[in-house]
Amino acid sequence: MAKTPTPAELLPGLSYKPPEKGWMDVKPDFRPGTYCNPAAPKWMEWINYPYPAARSIPEDNWELPKDWKEIVLQGMEDRLQRFRSLKVFFDICVRCGACADKCHFFLGTGDPKNMPVLRAELLRSVYRRYFKTIGRVLGEIAGARDLTEDVIKEWFFYLYQCTICRRCSLFCPYGIDMAEMTLLGRELLASVGLNIDWAMASVAQCYDKGSHIGAPPQAFKDMVDFLAEENERITGINTMPSINRKGAEVLFVMPSGDYFADPGTFTMMGYMLLFEHIGLDYTLSTYAAEGGNFGWFISHEMGKRLNAKIYAEAKRLGVKWILGGECGHMWRVCNQYMSTWWGPVDFLEKPVSPITGTKFENASVHKMVHISEFTADLIHHNKLNLDPQRNAHIKLTFHDSCNTARGMGILEEPRYIINNVLPEGNFVEMPPNTIREKAFCCGSSSGINANENMELRMQGGFPRANAVRFVHEKYGVNHLGCICALDRATLPTLLEYWVPQVEITGISELVGNALIFPDELERTTDLRDRDLVGFGELAEEAGEEEE
Amino acid sequence: MDFFKRHFFVALSAVLGLIIIAYVGARGNLQLVFGVVVPYMAALIFVEGLVYRVIQWARSPVPFRIPTTGGQGRTLPWIKRDLGDKLDNPSDTPHLIGRMALEVFAFRSLFRNLRTELVKDPDNPEGARLIHWSYKWLWLGAIAFHYAFLVVILRHLRFFTEPTMGLVLMLDKVDGFLQFFTPAVYLSGVVLVAAVGYLLFRRITNPAVRYISLAADYFPLLLILSIGITGILLRYFFKTDIVAVKELAIGLATLHPKLPANLSSLFFVHLFLVCALFAYFPFSKLMHAPGVFMSPTRNMVCNNRWVMHVNPWNYPVKFHSYAEYEDKFRDAMIEAGIPVEKEQ
Amino acid sequence: MADYKNEFGFFAERPKVEKKLFDRNKVIAGLVIFIVMITIPLWQNLGKTVAAPAPSLDTPVIKQLAAKDKKCVMPTEWMRANHMQMLVDWRDNVVRTKEQLVTTSRGREFVAPDGKQYLASLTNTCMECHSNKVDFCDKCHNYVAAAPNCWGCHLEKGKKLAEAK
Repeated sequence: MAKTPTPAELLPGLSYKPPEKGWMDVKPDFRPGTYCNPAAPKWMEWINYPYPAARSIPEDNWELPKDWKEIVLQGMEDRLQRFRSLKVFFDICVRCGACADKCHFFLGTGDPKNMPVLRAELLRSVYRRYFKTIGRVLGEIAGARDLTEDVIKEWFFYLYQCTICRRCSLFCPYGIDMAEMTLLGRELLASVGLNIDWAMASVAQCYDKGSHIGAPPQAFKDMVDFLAEENERITGINTMPSINRKGAEVLFVMPSGDYFADPGTFTMMGYMLLFEHIGLDYTLSTYAAEGGNFGWFISHEMGKRLNAKIYAEAKRLGVKWILGGECGHMWRVCNQYMSTWWGPVDFLEKPVSPITGTKFENASVHKMVHISEFTADLIHHNKLNLDPQRNAHIKLTFHDSCNTARGMGILEEPRYIINNVLPEGNFVEMPPNTIREKAFCCGSSSGINANENMELRMQGGFPRANAVRFVHEKYGVNHLGCICALDRATLPTLLEYWVPQVEITGISELVGNALIFPDELERTTDLRDRDLVGFGELAEEAGEEEE
Repeated sequence: MDFFKRHFFVALSAVLGLIIIAYVGARGNLQLVFGVVVPYMAALIFVEGLVYRVIQWARSPVPFRIPTTGGQGRTLPWIKRDLGDKLDNPSDTPHLIGRMALEVFAFRSLFRNLRTELVKDPDNPEGARLIHWSYKWLWLGAIAFHYAFLVVILRHLRFFTEPTMGLVLMLDKVDGFLQFFTPAVYLSGVVLVAAVGYLLFRRITNPAVRYISLAADYFPLLLILSIGITGILLRYFFKTDIVAVKELAIGLATLHPKLPANLSSLFFVHLFLVCALFAYFPFSKLMHAPGVFMSPTRNMVCNNRWVMHVNPWNYPVKFHSYAEYEDKFRDAMIEAGIPVEKEQ
Repeated sequence: MADYKNEFGFFAERPKVEKKLFDRNKVIAGLVIFIVMITIPLWQNLGKTVAAPAPSLDTPVIKQLAAKDKKCVMPTEWMRANHMQMLVDWRDNVVRTKEQLVTTSRGREFVAPDGKQYLASLTNTCMECHSNKVDFCDKCHNYVAAAPNCWGCHLEKGKKLAEAK
């Protein structure tokens, strides 16, 4: 694996000045550390994806199928017929450049082809050449170019340097959405066998076993057991949930990152404590053990094939409605596609909180409630016994996940929860141009959180880290909160690199920290076994000193 | 020649070529062609082309509801949503209309524009940091250009209506309120040329924007700039008989075309450039005007979770069913104490 | 499920997009609004013949002129396009003694191309012949919606005399 340059090596080389040569003549530089490995054939075989082959990016020959060009062009025509968005976005861009310095990959790499407008032109130029008379006739001067293997390679390079975060779309005067074009472009790449291994492995594992991490049911149960034991060790409360239980009121679906690795696991412990606290009648599923959806990062169809399990399992278990954990792209998929794919969902009921009686009118058709909505509602109705002092050691800032911010609009709920589980003054916002709908992406979403492209990830995450550093230095922020499992998976690496003093936490972890149970053990640590400020022996000592 | 020069000079030559064609045509015996035939053709191409393009777009469905949300969505009733949230994340049709109106009339998204720069920062171990600030110049240039152009077009209705529309008379007063120079200078004309000039200047001097610019970007700017300049020349410096201009215009508008004598060559150049713009419109990026109404990230209500969106080509997909899954893992599941459908 | 293999594996049927206009009503309504908006100004006179203005030369002074003297200070064609500029020059020369711009007047003198001298005066020279403002000046000004501010000061001759009395 390539050695990732240090921040001090990376930044001085960063410049936003484009090269002398026109962009059609510049070929991508496949430097180790900047691209993802192509998918291993076995993953593609698992899910019947076409043209599996052992490929290597540095090689000239990418083992494209013989008629790759027809496949891609037919695929493009097919998608133009199916997606008005693609047609309109191809036709109406005026290249005003408003999107250019909005993309974290452009800001991090300085590569002009990472300006969303130019990334789109990579596809658009081919569209003009084969679907527009003027491009057919005038060629380059009309911004058109032939589809060659080099173009395919360029697509592969740059479409996997887009995290589908939609920050460009927010600022575009016509709402042109690079995310939509990236997704459809990736579909075209997939149709000739080009996929990235990290995403494909997760997809295949999820398809086959139930979650991206590839845990079979017994392993899933082991992990949940372990987290329940941890909860019991720290709080004395038994939070063991039921698994695959028929007749539960609620099916809880979380991203696999939450039971797989730190710091997501602490968020999972938080969920379990919360549900125990309110006595929610819920179950987990080993079959629908994945809320996240790397399939969507490869194609709309694969997204649907993975997403299928959630409703299918809810139906099989006979639950009334579904509660979803903290995850960004999971919620974007659920919000934008799920009810269109599978609806109408008449085997479920309109979600009603069994604790507060609140009817979630906004989820009446989709029948799936976001954990932040659910928790905020509980707090609003005073159903949680919270001690914010237990989070006194946490000085927090909040990172809006791009997907929930710009694909859904969940901004206030997590902030409401934070303000209720943290002591006053312990929550500060990052600069306003880097949060809420203008949030910067973590730089590693959309399936590119692999290890081999670490340099790229650190570059892409630079704008986010830069804002975190600002509040870290100014206010002493030591935790970055988020409601996204990919953030919890990728931001620790990013901040380790740019702002090593800041840790990542899910919001439900903070809720778990703050919950007071009547029969709990005396709490001296948080869910991460770190000492609480002003509790236990430390508090006594402090008291003695004062005397 | 490098990429920029090729694209810029092709566009420039195209505009100069149009000017020469019109000048030569007017000087020669082709006034009927340039005064009557070309305007009718341009108008036809404009309307038919635009309708055709919009219908071509509409022949593809919008399979998913994918609005870009720019504010707090509708969730729990007590979660505070201010008017900005409701407009940037509309949960009902009236607010959607508001969002679109803001987008179309006020360029809302462009108004949000930021500038991000990497600045030297010796306090940082890496020596630099990013700063973001609100950057309204592009918005200002764009909105000044569009509104000035609109006023200019409306003012020209005095040539197409008889008696002249009241709106035009009013605009005329407002636009010329400075009472500077004779005839009174129209602000819209000055603003139009200045704004197009700024947009062109920006396109050429901003390295990133120049890098992405194609001939198709320079051409409309140069064309509109030429239209503005020839218009200003006609009004203030090289006057033509505007009674004759109106005779021509109203003849075209009433479908009784007639070609008055006494029209200057400069007038024909101006007219031909306008015709070129109209005829070019449907085949170009200028289609962003109807396009913004068709953009699925802006023109849809953000109500995915309580109103089902139907995809006309939705199709069943193969997925790993629970039965297959249990068949595969049954023994392990039983051993781990996880409930199963079939014990054997 | 049929074993049809598309580029991404299996599904029952290739997604077919119906050949039709989607969101038909909205799209057509939008297009109709567009066409109505751009044609509204034209409805009023569509198909009618709008006559060009015919400024009248029928005034007592002009009638008395001999045929060879029946001409303006400058050629008619030129005057149609440029009379306003000439009047502005006259005014500027008289009021501000500025250098001439497009014509050859100095001070209150105006020398026509044929060498004949005129007094540079709207009221006394132009309107001497064209005493019929309503049938001469206003005809074209109204037609092209020009609103010159000459008449703020320069009243028609007849009116002025009447008022003086």
